Amino acid sequence: MMHHPLIGTPQDRVDGRAKVTGAARYVADFETGAEVLHAHVLNSAIATGRIRRIDTSRALAVPGVVEVFTHENRPRTAWFSSAYKDDVGPPGKPLRPLYDASIAYSGEPVALVVAESYETARYAANLIEVEYEAKPHETDLLKQLPNSYVPKKRRSGINPPPRPKGSAASALENAPVKHVARYLIAAEHHNPMETHATTVIREADGKLLIHDKIQGAYATKHYVCSVFGLSEDAVRVVSPFIGGAFGSGLRPHYQLFLAVMAAMALERSVKLVLTRDQQFTIAHRPETWNEIALGAKPDGTLSAIRHKAVGSTSRYEDYQEAVVNWTNLLYSAPDVELEYELVQLDIETPSDMRAPGAPLGAFAAESAMDELAEKLGVDPLALRLHNDTQIDEVMNKYHTSKELRAACQLGAERFGWRHRPLAPRSMRQGRELIGWGLAFGAWEAQMQKHAARVMLDAEGHCTVGVATADLGTGTYTILAQIAAEALGLSMNKVTVLLGDSALPQAPVSGGSWTAASAGSAVHDACARLKAELLLAAQTRNDSPLVGAKLEEVMFDRERIVLMRDPMRAVSLQAAFAAGGRPRIVADGQAGPDQLTQLRYSSHTHSAVFVEARVDEELGQVRVTRVVSAVAAGRILNPKTARSQVVGGVVWGIGMALHEEAMPDHNLGRWMNHNIAEYHIPVHADIHEIDVIFAEEKDLLTSPLGVKGLGEIGIVGTAAAVANAVWHATGRRVRELPMTIDKVLGLTPARTEAR
Amino acid sequence: MRPFHYERPRGLEEAIAGKTEAARFLGGGTNLIDLMKYDVERPASLLDLTRLEGLREVERNGEGALRIGALVTNADAAAHPLVREHHPLLADAILAGATAQLRNMATMGGNLLQRTRCYYFYDRQTPCNKREPGTGCPAKDGVNRIHAILGTSEHCIATHPSDMCVALAALEAVVVVRGPSGERRIRMEDFHRLPGDTPERDTTLDAREVVTAIEIPAGDYGRHHTYLKLRDRLSYAFALVSVAVAMELREGRISRLRVALGGVAHKPWRVKEAEALLEGQAPEEECFGAVADRLLQGARGYGHNDFKIGLARLAIARALHQAAAAAPQSHVAKRIA
Ligand SMILES: Cc1cc2nc3c(=O)[nH]c(=O)nc-3n(C[C@H](O)[C@H](O)[C@H](O)COP(=O)(O)OP(=O)(O)OC[C@H]3O[C@@H](n4cnc5c(N)ncnc54)[C@H](O)[C@@H]3O)c2cc1C
Ligand code: SF4
Repeated sequence: MMHHPLIGTPQDRVDGRAKVTGAARYVADFETGAEVLHAHVLNSAIATGRIRRIDTSRALAVPGVVEVFTHENRPRTAWFSSAYKDDVGPPGKPLRPLYDASIAYSGEPVALVVAESYETARYAANLIEVEYEAKPHETDLLKQLPNSYVPKKRRSGINPPPRPKGSAASALENAPVKHVARYLIAAEHHNPMETHATTVIREADGKLLIHDKIQGAYATKHYVCSVFGLSEDAVRVVSPFIGGAFGSGLRPHYQLFLAVMAAMALERSVKLVLTRDQQFTIAHRPETWNEIALGAKPDGTLSAIRHKAVGSTSRYEDYQEAVVNWTNLLYSAPDVELEYELVQLDIETPSDMRAPGAPLGAFAAESAMDELAEKLGVDPLALRLHNDTQIDEVMNKYHTSKELRAACQLGAERFGWRHRPLAPRSMRQGRELIGWGLAFGAWEAQMQKHAARVMLDAEGHCTVGVATADLGTGTYTILAQIAAEALGLSMNKVTVLLGDSALPQAPVSGGSWTAASAGSAVHDACARLKAELLLAAQTRNDSPLVGAKLEEVMFDRERIVLMRDPMRAVSLQAAFAAGGRPRIVADGQAGPDQLTQLRYSSHTHSAVFVEARVDEELGQVRVTRVVSAVAAGRILNPKTARSQVVGGVVWGIGMALHEEAMPDHNLGRWMNHNIAEYHIPVHADIHEIDVIFAEEKDLLTSPLGVKGLGEIGIVGTAAAVANAVWHATGRRVRELPMTIDKVLGLTPARTEAR
Repeated sequence: MRPFHYERPRGLEEAIAGKTEAARFLGGGTNLIDLMKYDVERPASLLDLTRLEGLREVERNGEGALRIGALVTNADAAAHPLVREHHPLLADAILAGATAQLRNMATMGGNLLQRTRCYYFYDRQTPCNKREPGTGCPAKDGVNRIHAILGTSEHCIATHPSDMCVALAALEAVVVVRGPSGERRIRMEDFHRLPGDTPERDTTLDAREVVTAIEIPAGDYGRHHTYLKLRDRLSYAFALVSVAVAMELREGRISRLRVALGGVAHKPWRVKEAEALLEGQAPEEECFGAVADRLLQGARGYGHNDFKIGLARLAIARALHQAAAAAPQSHVAKRIA
């Protein structure tokens, strides 16, 4: 008898119907009718200084306005900034909204209007008069580069650059071939479809039910309990659906604090939904400057790598991400110097955005590798493979698995890389120059401590619960697959519950760790449940499974079957009847294995191949073909996995060509704060995207063999586009986004101007 | 947004009578309502025109002029057989703008009167002479990627963002308006104005006048026209630079040429002397540079938008080439031809 596998097969999203029919409820969809009050934030107009006077009288006079909160009348909350620390925040003093008269960035909240309707609140907010005492501010990263510093306290979970190996300086001096250049990537703002929002429902007994746009319900719960001094049982967080977050929902944002503050002070339910413009006041991917120097022998062997990156952060927190380590993770060299520094600006603290740090470093390193290949006169793919690492030279550990070469081969074949002429400007069709470029990418494969609960009833209905969030990533679906396969059920017999702080604990969903960690925890719970089920099935002396061990049976089509003699089987129903319990519940766990972590490092890898067509005279770029070949361990669901990678590729194209938050340095303010002027790719910009998964067996990273796919799709894409544009036009653009003017060379490079 | 009165005048006369400085006509609302939410427009009342009779027709008169009612939607105008047959340039320009959803709502009158997309104009927490006269123009030494290079003043460097209007300028359309003292016809070139020291005024329309129709005189360009739009992504973005060309060719020589630029000024930019340079000439690529030079005479950048001068030069040459070759830029293909 054949066992029908579900893991590894393409499955539709189990929540797909709910999403397209509107049945899925997002934060702003939770209502309590007229009971709920609506809040609107007024943001600071200046970048630094203080509020000299704030007059809310006109706002308060508007019929329907219930209260206006400012730093002058806000309720007393936690005094110490340490109480505002969240689960994943960087070192520093987190923003305390409405704490005092001082202003740390343009867009910081200065008042909260609470009213009977949303429109009233928004209107009244415009009537508040604020008199500021502005102080000089600085928002220009390049101007502040001389003041960059190594962060004193490292951010938990982010590896700082390793100590230098050998002497990159002298190795570079002696290198017969070298390449030195600077690369700059513009700041980007997360623009998930759902803007940040919090709905606080105040129950009759004063307890709070909070719907918050967060990538993990516990993160919100911990924060609220800590800031407002509430007991664990006074707060429940329920956020079953998140309309995209991309890292912007890893930390609680000011709308959560303000909504809870208002609900507690007014003893009412409160809803606070940020506008699209306000989405530009909470988090962003930091503008990042890179300088890279590569030295090589004439045969292409790298002799030295020096990669320095400087990212921007706020004045109040040292936000950090991994930008430079990837370079040596991908390429071997005897003399290596990696540096990562920060510059403080008067802006909001940056935050993780899809593959935080990696595409920024990869843009620099993978552009530089291409430029080196040009100098050496060799194929850029050959140069990369020649310098490919066999061990993780950054951490000095073995890889749990690394099928980058296999992925690369598959990708190159699908793309037709071997037909690529070496020289740029060699291919054209009509007025368009055609170029082919590639880049490698890598991202960490991690496990985080997760708990899961699985419950099965006599009718064969299974309920899986984990507190983690599905950000649109497909977590509902893969957890259903894992449970259904383990228990021998069909997918429609499994219900997955996520995003609820009443469920078994999980950290925020991010870093590509959710599939491996939550998946393994569910798998573990299922294993325990199966053991109990088998025991139940064996209760009766005449059970056909008497004496059978768990390894000797399989769970298939709602039956427990003895593998060596499939005629001997017990249906789940019979097992329940025999066991005498209406349902069986089992708890599971998963987490990183310390020993493995000590010896091994684990990453996903990709090779991205891009075809760009560029109008020779007008500089308009089209990315007409992308092949993203990924090695990421076991693929649970090729359909949702492909979506993850395609999403990353589209974003990478956006990073390469479109996305840019534009600061006005005189005002210290992002100016294109809406999605008409903050450009992301539209359909017309996207053509063929092909995703290939290379086979990669990895039993060390996670019990399921899964490595995670959330980030890898974006990592090398922007660099590959830049390399393709160079191959098409012969012009090297080192600053993203590569807008039409930069491709034409009509706008001088900012990094060269220094 | 601020509270306002919403009214539905039953006829044009009632609409005009109700129109005060503080009132606004409502077309599709795709621009006005946005600006109200941003607290930039603060009308005391909205006079909804969309149910008025007689402003929704597209017709051709005896002399071959095409008259398009002010309430015809952008989508309907672009799809109308008379427009497609006689003025495909207009249809192309409309289709180059916004998205299908927006064009379904947007009206011809509203498109003419849409306001600039200057970042500062939309952000009430920043100064802006157009929004609040006398507060200053931060765009001049701020973020001005999308700003003007021609016809600017020290008070304002905003552009008029419409694609449709650039085609209308090239087609020498006339805006038909009605006010308390009756009907007036305003040539397209006189309809939008340069900012000067009153950037708060976009057009020469009187506060109490309503646009009733757009008239396009007869003209035979055959397929010798194009609307070329360059922007920061291939759809759904305003023009960095756009060029509308209408060219009449007789026996291999240009008998009449109209060129208008978008994205570069407070109004669609035309220079008649530039057009005259090619009249009577064969459309040779070598001459296109001179047309661009003349069109861009006096152009200056403000930093981020410096590139527009060079880009406009390239775009003008390409557009002239497209028109001469009877190969208008497609707005369906995902590429520049
Ligand atoms: C995201 C976005 C992208 C866009 N992209 C583009 C683009 O690429 N290219 C482009 O050209 N446009 C673009 N547009 C703008 C769009 O074309 C305009 O918003 C639309 O044409 C306005 O028409 P409406 O009928 O909705 O005007 P409304 O918003 O109703 O009105 C606009 C103004 O015109 C006045 N008005 C309306 N009708 C009359 C009348 N008959 N007489 C007198 N005054 C009148 C109103 O009082 C108001 O001041 C975009 C808009 C958005 C929101
Ligand atoms: S360019 Fe015009 S619209 Fe923009 S800030 Fe200056 S005055 Fe205002």
